[in-house]
Amino acid sequence: MKTTMKLMATSCLTLTASMAFADGHMANEMTIVSWGGAYSASQQNAYHAPYMEKTGINIINDESSSEAVAKLRAMNEAGNVTWDLVDVEAADAIRLCDEGLAVEIDADEVLAAAPDGTSATDDFGASLISDCFIPQIVFSTTFGYRTDMVPAGTEPPKGACDVFDLAKYPGKRSLNRNPIANMEWALLCDGVAYADVYDLLETEEGQARAFAKLDTIKDQTIWWTAGAETPQLLADGEIFMGSTYNGRLFSVIAEQGQPVGMAWDWQMFDLDGWVIPSGLSDDRMARVLDYVNFATDTQRLADQAKYISYGPARASSAPLVGDHATLGIPMAPHMPTDPANAENTFYNNYTWWADYRDDLDAKFQAWLSK
Amino acid sequence: MSDKMMAADGRPLKASLNRALRRQKLRALALIAPLLLFIVITFVMPIADMLFRSVENEIVSETLPRTTIALQEWDESSATPPGEPVFAALYTDMALATEYKTHTRLGSRLNYEMTGISSLFRKSGRGVGKFDTDVYTKAFQDSNAAYADPAQWASWMADETVRGQLPMTADAYDAWAAMLISEEGDVPAEETPWDFVFTALYLEASAGATLPVDVDVSSVEPVSLMAQFEKIDEDWADPEVWRTIKIYSPRYTNGYFLNSVDLMKGADGIEERPENEQIYITLFVRTMIMSLSIMGMCVLLGYPIAWILANLPSRTANLLMILVLLPFWTSLLVRTSAWKVLLQQEGVINDILVWIGLVADDNRLQMINNQTGTIIAMTHILLPFMILPLYSVMKTIPPSYLRAAKSLGATDWTAFWRVYFPQSVPGIGAGCILVFILSIGYYITPELVGGTKGVFISNRIAYHISSSLNWGLAAALGTILLVIVMLLYWVYDKIVGIDNVKLGG
Amino acid sequence: MSGLPPYASTGQRVWYYSFRVICGLIFFFLIAPIMVIVPLSFNAQDFFTFTPEMLSFDPAGYSTKHYQDFFTNSDWQLALSNSLKIAPVATLLSVSLGTLAAIGLSQSHVPFRRAIMAVLISPMIVPLIISATGMYFFYSNPYIPTPFGKIELPFTLTGTYWGVVLAHAALGIPFVIITVTATLVGFDQSLTRAAANMGANPVTTFFRVQMPLILPGVVSGGLFAFITSFDEVVVVLFVGSAGQKTLPWQMFTGLREQISPTILAVATLLIAISIVLLFVVELLRRRSERLRGMSPS
Repeated sequence: MKTTMKLMATSCLTLTASMAFADGHMANEMTIVSWGGAYSASQQNAYHAPYMEKTGINIINDESSSEAVAKLRAMNEAGNVTWDLVDVEAADAIRLCDEGLAVEIDADEVLAAAPDGTSATDDFGASLISDCFIPQIVFSTTFGYRTDMVPAGTEPPKGACDVFDLAKYPGKRSLNRNPIANMEWALLCDGVAYADVYDLLETEEGQARAFAKLDTIKDQTIWWTAGAETPQLLADGEIFMGSTYNGRLFSVIAEQGQPVGMAWDWQMFDLDGWVIPSGLSDDRMARVLDYVNFATDTQRLADQAKYISYGPARASSAPLVGDHATLGIPMAPHMPTDPANAENTFYNNYTWWADYRDDLDAKFQAWLSK
Repeated sequence: MSDKMMAADGRPLKASLNRALRRQKLRALALIAPLLLFIVITFVMPIADMLFRSVENEIVSETLPRTTIALQEWDESSATPPGEPVFAALYTDMALATEYKTHTRLGSRLNYEMTGISSLFRKSGRGVGKFDTDVYTKAFQDSNAAYADPAQWASWMADETVRGQLPMTADAYDAWAAMLISEEGDVPAEETPWDFVFTALYLEASAGATLPVDVDVSSVEPVSLMAQFEKIDEDWADPEVWRTIKIYSPRYTNGYFLNSVDLMKGADGIEERPENEQIYITLFVRTMIMSLSIMGMCVLLGYPIAWILANLPSRTANLLMILVLLPFWTSLLVRTSAWKVLLQQEGVINDILVWIGLVADDNRLQMINNQTGTIIAMTHILLPFMILPLYSVMKTIPPSYLRAAKSLGATDWTAFWRVYFPQSVPGIGAGCILVFILSIGYYITPELVGGTKGVFISNRIAYHISSSLNWGLAAALGTILLVIVMLLYWVYDKIVGIDNVKLGG
Repeated sequence: MSGLPPYASTGQRVWYYSFRVICGLIFFFLIAPIMVIVPLSFNAQDFFTFTPEMLSFDPAGYSTKHYQDFFTNSDWQLALSNSLKIAPVATLLSVSLGTLAAIGLSQSHVPFRRAIMAVLISPMIVPLIISATGMYFFYSNPYIPTPFGKIELPFTLTGTYWGVVLAHAALGIPFVIITVTATLVGFDQSLTRAAANMGANPVTTFFRVQMPLILPGVVSGGLFAFITSFDEVVVVLFVGSAGQKTLPWQMFTGLREQISPTILAVATLLIAISIVLLFVVELLRRRSERLRGMSPS
């Protein structure tokens, strides 16, 4: 028994000792959190690699963005923030900012001005939706359809409202399993003017109307939770059309050569960008700010578009978008911001959703389970 | 002769036996202690810590301490918002909370209860520094320069008589000083107090309190703080907002638990949630029914397999056992994806059925993204948990019993049903509880193949933890789920005994 | 079941064969997903789809690129090495502590036996998502509760190697406890007394007498604990961070972000390893049966 006890005591000691030292943050390291997959790869190529080369700082990729909001909050409660920079969607940035989990920044002070001298505030413009949010890309939730499943003699679908037209385009659809975007499209395609959508959605009647519109396609719809689902469903021919992020559709069409077409009309514009967690020490903060300044300048943002078909959040980056890094095709026509695609676009109203998300989500889930 | 039996060492036998027993008990406990301690620290305490969040509600009274006290006077069933003193308290609280950046956090907390409070607090945080109350500051400082002197303020506020005469001002000053030190890193004795301190001073002066240096501020037009707040957002005049704040001001709340059974706290007690928001009861019931169906399927499919494994020669049985254990050891995520490939409308099974001609090509079976999909995939995932305990019980039933029954004239069915089956019941019990308990906690598989009607309560728990940040509600839902599981565990222990589970081997 | 007696009636014959067919179908159900996984891992496309080329056995429809991806991609390699670093240590912890406790529990006089058993089994019965979040909160800021208040510990466990190991060890313990206590039910206590009689001290008795006999239970408990850690995604997603990314985590991001049959290639490799492991268990079991056969009982 004695030996066992001794063994246990030793292992306990080593355990505590190694735990105490396990977490020393290396002076020359930075942990950046992102989504993983092709998206992280594009950031690695466009931002991380040149920055590491320039400064010698080692960047560690953490692919926890889908868990970022919850994890940041727990880190904050524990007073031990191990992340230096986090990639989140705009809606989550607002939530993190509201919770005091992200640092408020002064855009003109932190971010580089455009090459022609335009201030960062003007260059980023409307994409600066929250005091904590540092915009990176514009992406959109839009529709892809199987070109070989379009009924003969019918023109291919153009956009969101064709999803509701079961007579013209029979077949299954796929939509995101949460109210954001779906509620807006439902009202818009029910004949509500673009400007009135959010006002109407605030009312019980407006919500009922949106649900009634969604009811018409409910039993033909597969509801997805991960962005990779719609591409897989399209590749399988399981659905006729479905919503997903435009970069995923680009990859299905251009990289995988699937018989899939894009329907851009009323694409839902959305933003993705950085937030800096609150609670960083001064020297870590300084390093992060330096990185952010580097990674969001006009040229870098344009560079990212070489690897993935998301539009740069800066106006001044748009003309610099070149060809795809491996396929060699021009990327501009695949950007959600391209004039040909952006004829009708829907701008997600994040601040509105910050208020109504809890309420509408409860209603949406209740509706789904009926 | 002594009536006591003696042990070899001359002690009374009874005492000696007792000592031995005690030593044995201690030794057993010493062996168990390390693990018990380990589990308590790494597992039980985390769970307890998490469940505590379901009742904790300190955020309201910590962020708005003065307002919650002032609100006690206000009748929450009234149709008018509370009066000026409450708004004065809110002003101080809000000004401080904005500096601590806690107002938006409280806003998102209260937004769970009433839609719109989130932006109300965000807007108010921005507006609260721009109130017209700077006229008070100006009036005091213009009348006497002492009021503009930070050092003078500091010495007043250290003076007990001044503090006694101006309790509200002293309170506001203290809170301001504490905030200044912690948030701005400034020294209070070098900074002039902010407007809300002067507002408190003005309110107390106009109520007739003695000032440290007498000045006349009666000429200053009073600023209605209620009007100031309403200017930011007219929702501040909505008694519903105040009712929500008041109802959720206690440090502990049953609100999350009410919420998790589709109830809510209304003006006069507990009431039902609007019908279009009721979801949790449905989900609990669905989780139970689905878990029961999965359990039933597992018994149905597991029983023959366990029987055949228990009755075949051991070499064959062990080979077949590999077929049971292989899927068990294949990643759950991969198996779930494989079921998607198999079950979807353009999937393998439908293709085969169409090829055979059993199903028309335009009328393929819908086997996924509904309850069928969840039941099939989950049954597959949990089947080994049914087969293994059943198998280990069946292994102990001597085959001679069946032969004896038959030689006594029982038919095959009677022999099975009256002799064999009753002896295998503990195995069924063990398997059932294991499968049921595991299935009500699953969420990744239902999320991937469940569609709209196949999701479980755990999916909502996961949503509230990772997306909506409503951890209190997640904890309450989790507690309810845990209580159900504990009840089942208790029943299981009563019927089967926890020692009687065998997992192969 | 060992065979059909020659005097069986037609009904019995029909039942005998149809029962075997039913069992065959259920076995088929059990391995059906595996039969999909293995061919799809050789898919030439980046989807989980049987392409027309694959169905017509055209070699162009098949490729080993997903295996190449697994062996060359640093993310997958990191995940594999993390899994291999975490699972054995977690298993070792749960097996060593669990076996000791199981021996303690199998003594004849244990106070509060039921309650202790319930606590030790609890990691299996608490739904995973609750465990994950609870551990997350607590490991972020561990403390020791005392009657005088909390003593906060000066370190954090979330995002550390030991955090994940401890969490996985806790999840694996019920399996060890259950299997080892089950083996000990059949253990003849007079053997330890005999060993003590002949002058062996408790440690020697344990390693020379008890251990070889309960080894199969310990090994199978250990394998369950190993698989629990090796296939666990919910807890590691919460408690771990980039440095502790395990295979299931990598698979999970793979399924969310970019569907890639590399996941299937990994699964196929793991299935192959499982088969090897299962044979090892089977060999061990046969060995222990031989040992048991020799023990006087």
